[in-house]
Parts: sequence; C-alpha cells; structure tokens
Amino acid sequence: MSAKNRKLNLKDKYQYLTRDMAWEPTYQDKKDIFPEEDFEGIKIKDWSKWEDPFRLTMDSYWKYQAEKEKKLYAIFDAFAQNNGHQNISDARYVNALKLFLSGVSPLEYAAFQGYAKVGRQFSGAGARVACQMQAIDELRHSQTQQHAMSHYNKHFNGLHDPAHMHDRVWFLSVPKSFFDDARSAGPFEFLTAISFSFEYVLTNLLFVPFMSGAAYNGDMATVTFGFSAQSDEARHMTLGLEVIKFILEQHEDNVPIIQKWIDKWFWRGFRLLSLVGMMMDYMLPNKVMSWAEAWETYYEKSGGALFKDLERYGIRPPKYQDVANAAKNHISHQAWATFYQYSKATNFHTWMPDESEMKWLAEKYPDSFDKYYRPRFEYWDRKQKEGERFYNDTLPQLCQVCQIPAIFTEHESPSVLSLRQVEYNEERYHFCSDGCADIFNDEPEKYIQAWLPVHQIYQGNCDGSNVSEVVSNYYNINLGKDNLDYDGSPDQKRWQEIKNNGSK
Amino acid sequence: MAVEIRTLAIEPIRNTYGHTARRFGDKPATRYQEASFDIEAKINFHYKPLWDPQRTLNDNARTNIKMVDWYSVTDPRQYYYGSYVANRAKMQEVAESNFSFCDKNNVVENLNENLKNDLLRLLVPFRHMELAANMNNSKIAGDAVAATVAQMHIFTAMDRLGMGQYLSRIALMIDGATGQGLDKSKDYWMNDPLLQPLRKLAEDTLVIDDWFELSFVQNLLIDGFMYPFVYEVYDKIIQKDGGVCLSMLTEFMRDWHKETQRWVNAMCKTVYAENDENKILMESWTKLWIPVIKNTFLNLANEIGCVESLNEIESDLNCRLAKFGLIVSGESK
Repeated sequence: MSAKNRKLNLKDKYQYLTRDMAWEPTYQDKKDIFPEEDFEGIKIKDWSKWEDPFRLTMDSYWKYQAEKEKKLYAIFDAFAQNNGHQNISDARYVNALKLFLSGVSPLEYAAFQGYAKVGRQFSGAGARVACQMQAIDELRHSQTQQHAMSHYNKHFNGLHDPAHMHDRVWFLSVPKSFFDDARSAGPFEFLTAISFSFEYVLTNLLFVPFMSGAAYNGDMATVTFGFSAQSDEARHMTLGLEVIKFILEQHEDNVPIIQKWIDKWFWRGFRLLSLVGMMMDYMLPNKVMSWAEAWETYYEKSGGALFKDLERYGIRPPKYQDVANAAKNHISHQAWATFYQYSKATNFHTWMPDESEMKWLAEKYPDSFDKYYRPRFEYWDRKQKEGERFYNDTLPQLCQVCQIPAIFTEHESPSVLSLRQVEYNEERYHFCSDGCADIFNDEPEKYIQAWLPVHQIYQGNCDGSNVSEVVSNYYNINLGKDNLDYDGSPDQKRWQEIKNNGSK
Repeated sequence: MAVEIRTLAIEPIRNTYGHTARRFGDKPATRYQEASFDIEAKINFHYKPLWDPQRTLNDNARTNIKMVDWYSVTDPRQYYYGSYVANRAKMQEVAESNFSFCDKNNVVENLNENLKNDLLRLLVPFRHMELAANMNNSKIAGDAVAATVAQMHIFTAMDRLGMGQYLSRIALMIDGATGQGLDKSKDYWMNDPLLQPLRKLAEDTLVIDDWFELSFVQNLLIDGFMYPFVYEVYDKIIQKDGGVCLSMLTEFMRDWHKETQRWVNAMCKTVYAENDENKILMESWTKLWIPVIKNTFLNLANEIGCVESLNEIESDLNCRLAKFGLIVSGESK
C-alpha cells in the first residue's frame, strides 16, 4: 500500500485495518494455503480491486450488535413473561412459524458454516473478512430464532424438533438440499448462490414475507427479531452485489460461468420459494400481500432493474424467468393443495380456506383461482364436512433436483402436469421442469447423489414400512397432534380455551 | 408489604425443544443450551463437497481426533452470540477509553523515536499473527461439527481480527494516521530476519488440514507462547524503555487471553480424556510443535534480552498441559 504524508481517508484506513494485515506468503506455496480457489475456473487477476461492501471494524461491530441484542432479548423476555402468544391473530398463524423454524432456521446455521468456510478459502483478505462477518451474523440469526420461537414451542405443537426434522422430513429436504447444493459447491459458486441469488435477489421474497407475516399477525417476538436482523441483512445484500460485480469485472471468462450459476440458482430459489408463496396465501390469517403481488414487486420490478444494470457485464436475466413469472398465479395453490393432502406427514396443520379467504384468493388471482383451484378446494371442503377429510396415503414422485413432488404444471397449460425425464448411466431420473432437468444435465454426478426422502422410505431406510411409522419413528412427529387438519387439533382446542378465558 | 400483580397462568405443554430435552431433560433450558446444542445438520447430506469429495458435509472425519459426542466439549463461559457480543462490547468500551486517554495525552506521540521504531518492529507485526489466527479459527468454525465447538472458534476468529485492528491502531498513533508506520512495520514482517521465523510459523499453520490439530497448535501452543511473551514479557520491557502507559493499549489482549484460556483448557481437557488415540495424537503434536514454537521466539527473545523468560513461559505452558494430564516426557530444555 502506498502511504503518503497526509491522514488516511476512511476507505484506506479500513483497508489498513483489514486486508493490509494479510501478506504474500513465501514460506508456503500460496496454492497450498488457498487450495480451493481455482477449481471452479473463476479467474481473479487482482484481489486488491475488491471494494469492501461495508466498513465495520470489530470494535464497532461488537458495540452495535450488543446494543441490538440487548433490545431484542428485552422484548423476548417481556413476550414470555406476558404470554405474548395470546395476542396473535389466530393459532393457525403459528403454522407459519413451524414451517420457518424447521425449514429456514437450520439454513441460517448452514449459512454460518458456509461463510466460515469461504471466510478462509479466498486469498483476498477483504472478501474473507466480509464473509466472516456474515458467518457470525448467520450464527446470530440461527440462535435468536431458536430463542424467539422458544416460547411458542412451549404452547403449540410441531415446533419441538426442528433440526432433527430438517435432516429427515420429506418436504424439508427441499430447503436442505438447496443449501447442501451451495455448500458442496466451490467458494465462488457458494457466494453466487447464497450472497447474490439468495440474499440479494430473493431475500425480499423469503425472509421479509415471514417477518411481515409476523407483524400483521401480532407476533411481537418474531417481528422484533426481523427488525433486529434488518441491518445485518442489508450488509449481506451489499456483499451479494459486490461479489457478483467483482467477479464479472475480473475476467471476461468469468461471465459464462456466472451466467450459468445465476440461471441455476434463480431456478433453485424460485422452486424453494413455492413454500413461502403457500405460506403467504394460505397460512397467514391476516394476509400481507399475495404471492403474485410479492413476485411482481420484488422480482419482476426490482429484479428487472438489477438485470438491466448487469447487462453491461454481458449478463442476461435468468433462463426460464418467463416460466417463473407466469407461474406466480399457480404455485402457491398447487403447493397448498399438496400439503393439504399430505398432512399426515408434516409438522404443521393444514386446512381449507374459508369463504372469505376464497374470495380474497379469487380477487388476487382473477385468472387462475376460480378456474383451476376453487372447485377442487370446495370439493375437499364438502368431503371434510361429510366426515371424509381427504388424506393421500401414497407417496409422491419427487423431482431429482428441487425435491418438490412433481406437482407443478406446464407453462401456459395449467391443467397439464409438468414432467421431464433424463436417462443417465442407464438409470431414469425424473424432474418437475426443464429448469431442474437442465441443472441435472450440467452436473449429473452431483445430483444422482440426492437423498430423496420418498426413495429412502421405499428402500426401508427411514425406520418404518409405512407413512405412519416413518412419521412417528423417524420424523419424531406425533400423528394427530402435530399434524392433520387444524380443525379438531389440540392447538385449536388450547387456542379456544385461551380465547374463552380472555372473554370471561 | 408484598406487591402482587395477578396474571393469567397458562401452563406450558413442554418446557423446551426436543433436542434440548434429550440432553438436559424436559425442564426450562438456558439460552446457552437452546442455542448451542444439536442445531446443526447431522445426517442425510445430499451431495459430496466438490472441494473434499472423500468426505460429506459436516463430516466428523475432518480431524483425526475421535469423540463419541463432540457436544461433550462445552464452553465454560456459556457464550452464545448474544452473551458473546455483550461481553466484547464491554471490553471494547474499556479499550476505547484507554485509546482516547492515550490520544488526548499524546502518550504515543511523546515516546522517544527509538521506542516508536521498536514498537513498529517488535509489537505491531503481531497484527499479522492475529490475521493468521483469524483465518485458522474461521477454518475451524467451518469444519467443526458440533455447534458448541464451532461457535467458540468463530467468536475467536472475530476476536483475532479485532485484536489485529487494535495493534494496527497503535501504529496509526505512531505515524499520525498516515499509514507510514504500518507500511514500515509490514516491511519488517516481510524482510527483517528477526521476524522471519515468526512469519514462517504463521504460514506453516495455514497449511494444517486437521482442524483440531490446528486449534490445538494455534489456540493452545502458539498463543500459550505468544501472549505471555508479547503482552507480559515484552510489555514490561516497553515500560522500562519509557512506554509506561502503553500497556493500556494492549490491556484488551491480556484480558482476552486470560478469558480464552478457560475454554481452550476445557476443550483440550475433555478431548484428551476421551480416549487413548486422542492422547497419543495430542502428545505427538505437543512434542512436534513446542520446540518449533519456542525456537521461533528465540531470535526475538535474544534481541530484547529475555531468553530466560522463554523457559518460564514453556514451563507455565507445560503446567497447563499437565493439568489435563498431558505430560510430555523429554521436554526441550
């Protein structure tokens, strides 16, 4: 670094306090110190061009984060002391938390592990330090979420074993395989996947809907966590954008690699988000906005502007973006219909929307809900009232890549299931879409390893020969207590007792 | 007279999470327990890592140390993220007030030029050792399987970055915040024969693959030499040379090392007691590394005239090891 006789500006000072502590090794070969930096084919000519996405020295970090934690835990304590769970909109809301705690919180921990790893893998110290800060932030989120929902776990069913379930339950292999995919990739793909595609492009469609849902439904513990994590998330987003710009500016050979990863991780993320779409449209008693509206605002508009900005690097919008845009009117209904059927094997309750909710859905989805989904839902509702609540006892065909049952429909043909097959080494693999089949074809040796829950159950690897046995023995889900319909559940009974007590 | 606010009593249906209850029973759990045990993925990983295809993600086999349950390693400080940052925020408040005291009273500015140069040559370069320790602990946090173990290492990684920053700030006080002092100090680090054994040691740790070996070597053996040497022995010499108040600027490091020894000792004690295989490994690492580390500091000790202090430091370190039963026969004299 070139020092002059005048005082350092903030940018240079921060560089002296971070990357300048690193040095060019001479006693060990640099390749032995950073053996994982090259194998993905990304070319970095000059790490000194890395722009620090934020400038936070550790003393300030400790100070700010401690202030935030102090406020956050004061709210958690008050929430528990005053039995704040009584003030939520309706006990059905807690099912969104069950999905969050078993589906998302374990990803925060996986993110901590992933960022700690890349926080060592890069030879650029500026990038390493930024990744390490995200690592410890992600640990924070995983832990504060355990604490935020600890009180709910004491009063509702289904939140009792999130990490255990995350490793085993069929639909939780969707988020788990997503993060395993990123963590098992190289450091540059990990950052493209998580920092850019996930944190920068899709955070407003994952993290924010859950937190807004908490705000709309009187869940003070979770929404306070959300606000407290906001400034962390802002840091993570700036890192995501810096990463992508830095890699693209370093070498033109990086462009096609990054484009391929953007295509892949956009599609992976879009599929994962069907779970969030279903939560927004069906699981929140007080609804924030529809999934379609969220997609339009946060992907079509914001994402559109972003990809316009990236055009100058030779990056185009993700492949199959048009399919995802059209699917916004369908995926949440298709996902909820699936979970409704497979409610024996979930850690949360499902239910049919009531008439006012159906009306809301019809308004929000004028081109799809009444035509394709209402008739099925009304039929199930009628059967339920006749005492024949529909549960599906078979196991569904899972997509080899996204691991969601093959429930989605063809682009522009919403009554035709979208199914694809690929033969590889004399085995036939099944997919939900061209997007997932493309991902497989690019790295078949990776995706043939997938731990597909349905296959595993049929192969007898999940402590049971039928769904009920697997659910209770392997998943540690209590049949009839943690799952099935909300109507008639212990959660509902306890909620009614709380409400009756309050009105006495 | 007692004041009693009446509240609606609602009986909980369980006291804690299942994974917490399986370890500690179904009773109200501490925040440390709920945040630190069994929260990471353990089985059914989908893909082998491209960067390590022989092993899975979260694989126990990234160290040769064998533990039936890595969660038997716990933190005596019971730090989870919230309590960790709360503690460090307090420590940095003290450090900040020390730095501003020295700033206001021109403590560093008024040092004699020889001492200023000594600091750039003999104290500030340890910021690079801190960065190596930061990298090593980040690797360990990424490789360790149990959250109780992983979190202690990411906290340490960030601590090391912070302490490297405090050392850098001393140079910025010397050079009037121009960066010239840091450049000069780094030049010593890169080229001064006196510091080369130290730099070689740092680089040698960066290629240790076994994460527990790395933690043992870095957090116990190297720090066991480095912290007493730099922040006790050399600190006294600085004081003698006219830098009486300078200790204020490294107080954080002394407090930190005192605190850190608690978890490092506890971890090593538990792992050592686990089985004979672990004992053999830890003994062999000790035999291999202690002479190397001691030798690394020899040049420096000669320069500042305190060679005998290295023997004291070594014997203190051996006492620490002996407390958990690790006695190395034929130790270097």
